Amino acid sequence: MSNPLIDMEKPDVIFCIGTNMTECHPVAATRLKKAIAGGAKLIVADPRRIGLAEMSDLFLPLRVGSDVALLLGMAHVIAREGLIDRDFIENRTTESDAFLEHLVEFTPAWAEEISGVPAKDIETAAMWYGESAKAAIYYTLGITEHICGVDNVQSLCNLALMTGNIGREGTGINPMRGQNNIQGAGDSGALPNNYPGFQPVIDPANQAKFKELYGREIDIDKGITKVTALDLCGDEIRAMLIDGENTLLSDPDRVHCEHALKSLDHLVVIDIFLTDTAELADVVLPATAFGETDGVCSNTERRVQRLRAAVPPPGEAKPDWWIICQLAKRLGLAGFDFGEPKAVFNELCSVSPIYAGLDWERIENSEYQWPVPDKDHPGTPRLHEGEFVNGRGIFSIVRYRDPAETISDDFPVWLTTGRRLQSYHTRTQTGRAQGIDYLLSEEALEVNPADVEGWGLRDGGWCELSSVRGSVKVKVKSTNRSPRGTVFASFSFSDVPVNILTGSGYDPITETAELKVCPVRVEPTDNPRLGT
Amino acid sequence: MNPPVPKQTATITLDGEEVTFTEGETIYEIAERHRKQVPTLCYDPRLEAFGGCRLCVVELEGSRNPVASCTTKATPGMVVRTATNEIEKYRKTLLEMVTSENRELDVDSLRGYASQELTTLVNRYGARTGRFIGAQSGTSNTDDKNPFILRDYDLCISCYRCVRVCAEQEGDYAISVMNRGFHTQITTEFNGELRDSACTFCGQCVQTCPTGALADKKAMRAVDRPGEIEKTRTICPYCGVGCSIDLLTKEDRIVGIHPAMDGPANEGALCVKGQFAFDFVHHPDRLTTPLVRGEDGELHEASWDEALDRAAEGFRQVSEKHGRHSIYGVASGRAPSEAAYLMQKFIRVGFGTNYIDNCSRA
Repeated sequence: MSNPLIDMEKPDVIFCIGTNMTECHPVAATRLKKAIAGGAKLIVADPRRIGLAEMSDLFLPLRVGSDVALLLGMAHVIAREGLIDRDFIENRTTESDAFLEHLVEFTPAWAEEISGVPAKDIETAAMWYGESAKAAIYYTLGITEHICGVDNVQSLCNLALMTGNIGREGTGINPMRGQNNIQGAGDSGALPNNYPGFQPVIDPANQAKFKELYGREIDIDKGITKVTALDLCGDEIRAMLIDGENTLLSDPDRVHCEHALKSLDHLVVIDIFLTDTAELADVVLPATAFGETDGVCSNTERRVQRLRAAVPPPGEAKPDWWIICQLAKRLGLAGFDFGEPKAVFNELCSVSPIYAGLDWERIENSEYQWPVPDKDHPGTPRLHEGEFVNGRGIFSIVRYRDPAETISDDFPVWLTTGRRLQSYHTRTQTGRAQGIDYLLSEEALEVNPADVEGWGLRDGGWCELSSVRGSVKVKVKSTNRSPRGTVFASFSFSDVPVNILTGSGYDPITETAELKVCPVRVEPTDNPRLGT
Repeated sequence: MNPPVPKQTATITLDGEEVTFTEGETIYEIAERHRKQVPTLCYDPRLEAFGGCRLCVVELEGSRNPVASCTTKATPGMVVRTATNEIEKYRKTLLEMVTSENRELDVDSLRGYASQELTTLVNRYGARTGRFIGAQSGTSNTDDKNPFILRDYDLCISCYRCVRVCAEQEGDYAISVMNRGFHTQITTEFNGELRDSACTFCGQCVQTCPTGALADKKAMRAVDRPGEIEKTRTICPYCGVGCSIDLLTKEDRIVGIHPAMDGPANEGALCVKGQFAFDFVHHPDRLTTPLVRGEDGELHEASWDEALDRAAEGFRQVSEKHGRHSIYGVASGRAPSEAAYLMQKFIRVGFGTNYIDNCSRA
């Protein structure tokens, strides 16, 4: 997030797009609710009538995957109405002329045709966002999990840049990160393009620095992403070390993924449960869990916080850091003589400029949000105040593209996927917490009541859901949350592995999968649990 | 031109001492800053002041009656006394009236974060519990079989903290009030079960309840477990908001979760997962030993030495046979940063490649 969580209570206009925050980040959503109670206007863009939509002043029910069109339409109105912040554009951005010229053709009527959102509502959203003194954007995977994920994010950046809604309290571009330490995993350098602290691997200065620190030559080219690695399994890639990820259930195209992992010569999985992924491993190493592990994590607002152990682990389970060090030592690698997590974290701080002012003791009270470049620095709750990290904000020329697959006679329905409030990801944890089943015990496909009738389905009955890649059987839930022609399922339940269906395409830059769009066919079927 | 000097020159006299305040502060907030220990039952610093319990009354010069300090904003020159004999006697009587409504005082602290507030005040004031024969408001709901929230309204004192936290903090408005006076009953819309209401089971009502009338059913399973309750501050294991929590443990067992009121990301708020979905940690499915695939194709328990040797040997062989670009590492978005840091270091130092990623692309 560019801005701290506390800023969520301060905008005049809140624009939520592709974020089901009341279910996926419920505590952050309480702050938005306070802002709304205090008079802030809420604009929600989402294909589904989610909880946030119910609270909104303006709901923009766009067709899945049409975000760029909607956002170009909004930018067009902001430019046409003269709602741009000329001082901000002049002083802090570049390439605005080409961008403003580019916008001329993308009228709200054009955007309506693609997104299905009425042009007058696009006008209103643009006016509210553009006229506001403090407007903030919040988004989640509904923006990034598309073949045009980068275009989507850049479209949001364009809106913020043209109106100067960045670098101030109650503004910003704020992605809500989904996992407790997904930010920290990136901060720590577990990325094919960056060393720790987002230092690019293609920068010769960084190459020299890490050659010195790590005592060996490291490739000067970026590595491949996990998505590419899975594609190359059994081919170029022959061995994998996976720490704490149920790849099989959470990644797109399960059949492909299972085939990939099975074709490896050697798979080592570190986890706390024998997940579907761990079942495929040659060696499974038991890790300590939450409540058993001392360490550090970073949250969605870049706050670096301590995790503390309170109970001993079961049996012989060991902390991940210990396990990796033992593996490294057995391969004769130097630099893995760590006796405690504190020493590991302090080394991370010493090699990462954004953590340079931090160490194990200084983060005791959760006060710091990175970057913290030196010991005298108070941390950076708000990014881009005064100037951008890279100098000037650059407008991006973005064009709408269709999703990788679009609906057809064979697959006439849009499927979109996500999480639910009561379950988390693949339920390895929430599925094993007593009581959660009482609230949510099985998956159900959310279908608009008119479609339930039109497709010969029955509320509570069963349907077969098929895409180009495969099919799954799932119960039907009739609900107005789904618009006509679009259905929703979560990927939480292993008996309804919707990721058998997904995997139509990937963003060309980030290689993030288009998990939010998948054309499917929905047909009534018998209850598979009754047998034949 | 010099910047304007911040105005904090207004003062009141608090128990004989002149103290400054900021415009908008209540007498209670000022008294809290000065550690006056003014008692309250309906107060939760995160919520709008309610002025319902009247325990926080203070003597205000010029006012005929004591005033509720939580709802009275300070104005310059006020003279306030927080604990005169008269005020303390009044508070004791009030407490005795409150306890006449309440069927049980000594409740286990596992019921909730604030569950000891009434008991603590009764003990502090030596308030007798049988002085008034009061009618009792609130009847426990024993029909609601939800696994998280005990609705033991026999212990309710109608402070409305649950109603207000659900509305003001959560924005859910799941809890409502039926009837008035001695017939007051905290309930849900249509007087049904929580699962059928707007309740999201965030547990905030449980944690703010000052009598344990709303209680954490999961934590209460450990009431009879031996050992003292210890608290450990950590971060919730689920989404990226990073809510601070206190793990409640008894010996080697996590028995419950308290939201951290001073957690910077959550300021006391939690959701159903952070509040109640902690016990996967002790699930019998946990892996307790390393596993190694045998020649029969099955995974078998193994010693750490055996498993680590096998894991390392596999990487060595693949690397020798297929080159260093044949090995890939995937770091976790759920493990601590030390794990992610060492994963990337393992790949970069071990194989000289950037063949490392985390699970953020899917």
